[in-house]
Amino acid sequence: MTTNGSSTDPVLVIIQLTGGLDFMNTLIPYAEGVYYDARPHVAIPQDQVLPLNEQLAFHPAASRLKELFEAGDVAVVQGIGYPNSSRSHFRGMDIWHTCEPDTVATEGWVAKLVAELDPKSERPLTAVSFGRGLPRACAAPGVTVTSIGDLDSYGLMTGSERQQEHDQHLDLFRRMYTPAVGAGTVMDYLGRTGRDVLAGADLLAEVPGRYNGTVEWGTNPIASALRDVARVHTAGMGTRVFYTQHAGYDYHSHQPGNHDRLLGELCGAISDFLQDLRNQNAADNVAVLVFTEFGRRIRDNGSGTDHGSGGGAYIIGERVQGGLYAEYPSVKPADWLNEEDLKHTIDFRGIYGTMLEQWMGVDAQPIVGGTFEQVRPFKEPAT
Amino acid sequence: MADTQLALTAHLFRRAGFGATRADLEAQAVRPYEDVVEDLLHPERFPEPADDVLFRYYPQMTTPDTPGAWAGRWVYRMVNTERPLEEKMALFWHHVFATAWYKGEHQPSMTDQIQMFRTHGLGDLRSLLVELSRDPAMLNWLDNCENHKDSPNENFGRELLELFSMGLGNYDETDVKMAGRAFTGWTFEQPIPLYPHGQYPARFVYRAEDHDDSEKTFLGHQGRFNGEDIIEIIAGQEATARFIARHLYNFFVADEPQVPAWSVQAPEDAAAVDELARTFLDSGGEMREVMRTLLNSDYFKGARFARVKSPVEFVAGVLKLSGALSRPGPLLGSLQGALGAMGQKLMDPPSVEGWHTGKEWIDGGTLLERVNFAIDQLKDPDGAAAAEAARLLAAGGSPLPAEALVDGCLDLAGPLEASEETRAALLEAAAANGVSEGERVARMLTLVVSTPEYQFA
Repeated sequence: MTTNGSSTDPVLVIIQLTGGLDFMNTLIPYAEGVYYDARPHVAIPQDQVLPLNEQLAFHPAASRLKELFEAGDVAVVQGIGYPNSSRSHFRGMDIWHTCEPDTVATEGWVAKLVAELDPKSERPLTAVSFGRGLPRACAAPGVTVTSIGDLDSYGLMTGSERQQEHDQHLDLFRRMYTPAVGAGTVMDYLGRTGRDVLAGADLLAEVPGRYNGTVEWGTNPIASALRDVARVHTAGMGTRVFYTQHAGYDYHSHQPGNHDRLLGELCGAISDFLQDLRNQNAADNVAVLVFTEFGRRIRDNGSGTDHGSGGGAYIIGERVQGGLYAEYPSVKPADWLNEEDLKHTIDFRGIYGTMLEQWMGVDAQPIVGGTFEQVRPFKEPAT
Repeated sequence: MADTQLALTAHLFRRAGFGATRADLEAQAVRPYEDVVEDLLHPERFPEPADDVLFRYYPQMTTPDTPGAWAGRWVYRMVNTERPLEEKMALFWHHVFATAWYKGEHQPSMTDQIQMFRTHGLGDLRSLLVELSRDPAMLNWLDNCENHKDSPNENFGRELLELFSMGLGNYDETDVKMAGRAFTGWTFEQPIPLYPHGQYPARFVYRAEDHDDSEKTFLGHQGRFNGEDIIEIIAGQEATARFIARHLYNFFVADEPQVPAWSVQAPEDAAAVDELARTFLDSGGEMREVMRTLLNSDYFKGARFARVKSPVEFVAGVLKLSGALSRPGPLLGSLQGALGAMGQKLMDPPSVEGWHTGKEWIDGGTLLERVNFAIDQLKDPDGAAAAEAARLLAAGGSPLPAEALVDGCLDLAGPLEASEETRAALLEAAAANGVSEGERVARMLTLVVSTPEYQFA
């Protein structure tokens, strides 16, 4: 029996790596002497890397991603970025969230996608974000994205013990959170959030009981988050976009241990996630997009790496045509941006465009604010 | 409609502190407003909070390396201190100079940093920034301990300019590099290892041999600058005055767009920010002077309920109302978890940018956590809050008429100004019969703290 309901609509799972994943130490240009010269403290020796070809290799901690890559499930987008890359985490992440490199915008690209998928904002579970607080990518006026801290205790007024009292209180809550016209934008927002919580909680209460997964998940934040994605997805709640975050990538110091651990946790969780969905016959309409706000400086700083540009993105799923996409930025010192950074080779908005048009089937232009070069990472267009 | 002076005093204590008990409010509301403000601006007029009572009740609270216990202690202090503005300024600077436990996992440094904010929070910004640059938690958080003469690490230099003083757009990449180099050699002594005896405080050290003493150009100035010289230059900049003014406005007056927008988006109330920035520059960066201007201003007095409460303000306010923290209790140990679920884990912000405020505090998940927390704290019909409310409302008759119950509870929880819709819903609940008076009052309190209105400060 499939637990995936009848829905075959494409589902997008976004994994945000917060802090700036070091692209050069994820997909390693291991044949280049300059890589070893520039990074005496963090470079991975040639005999430890996991080669994909004569030039590039995965970091050893990414072994489970490499397995997926060899099975043809992973498209690596090399050299992703945007002009005049911001080295500020916050500005950088803001730009990724809003697709606005020049002005500060408040509407997120995921929220705009949700507005396309659920224009009347009738289905609060169209998009679900796991973790505390909604990322700006998911925020826009009039758009509902359900934010879940703990899936297992999700519910409102759980403190009222008697059922009748509980029902009455929920009803009163609904009325109080229906503000009068003209009550102000923040009050409107608050009211709508309150009513959405009620609607979402009713639906989500059923999720934990429906889960039949048997995968042994890791005990780290990204494994928990992807397990929650798997539970909601396989329960058939009609969720089209999942947003998760994995933090800690800002390794200015002690990079080797931190990068290894985080990358290992991430790749293991993604692999477990795909396996879990496959076991439940729920994988074929899911694509995962992994991104980070920037890559890191080419030279290490003696212990870690500072904020740089030219990162990577990863598109993973059964319908993905595995391989390397866009171009690896040139590592020749003459080509370094500002004499210290990788020069990006593809604009991140083109990758959003790829996911929006080729996977989700919506027009990308109004969401990403322009037309940007896309890649072709899918075996067939989404239905 | 609530008594105007009482409502204004309640506003002052919500903003410059963490709320006030009804008895305190009534005592303060009969004094001239400016005198109440002066007391807030001079914490030294009042005794330090008695921490020893915590040790007496909970000896394990003395353990220095448990962040949850220390976060609980901080909330306890917010609720019980006689120096509310000292505590609110500490929270303000914790927002601006956001440092998190998760990187170093060294609680004594975090605790020391917050104490430093209490000591210097109402002083001059120059001294505060120097203290901050010598603060072991910060040195570790932004990698200045890895900022060496031969391999500079610009992280601290960059954030000092971008997030701690001037804001994006007021300096260039060369200034960042120069600031970074000026702080080479500023590091801390490694504390004694965690095992077997627990953690010990870290200590600032300056290593002259690791300091880059070369000539530097910074914001148009030239010299063999060290860190203090950089701060001297920064602290006198108009950009710094405006940046701090904007932070103060957002934290104490009314919600503003978030920090990343400031380089391109003008303040909502430009005149207010101008006035605060001018006070800052005229006083040489004295925060007490700037806060005096702010708290006595008309834009402050008129900004009632113009901010969404932060989770810390929400939790401290609920606990002030419930009375549950008037003495230490096991609740202390659970507060950091509750705050984290609402999006504000004390001493552990998500990043150096700190927390996004205003409506960004609220999403489905955090709203649900707030409402559930508040209900749990106030639902006990035999609890202190319900008993106190019943006592204060007793004059209205028994059983209390629905209107008296609703308006009384709204008054106690604010005074709150409820919309017609909210009031109508509450009146319906108040009409319910078949329950005891204590239960009616407790239930009304839980509904009042669940209202959208209660989410605003």
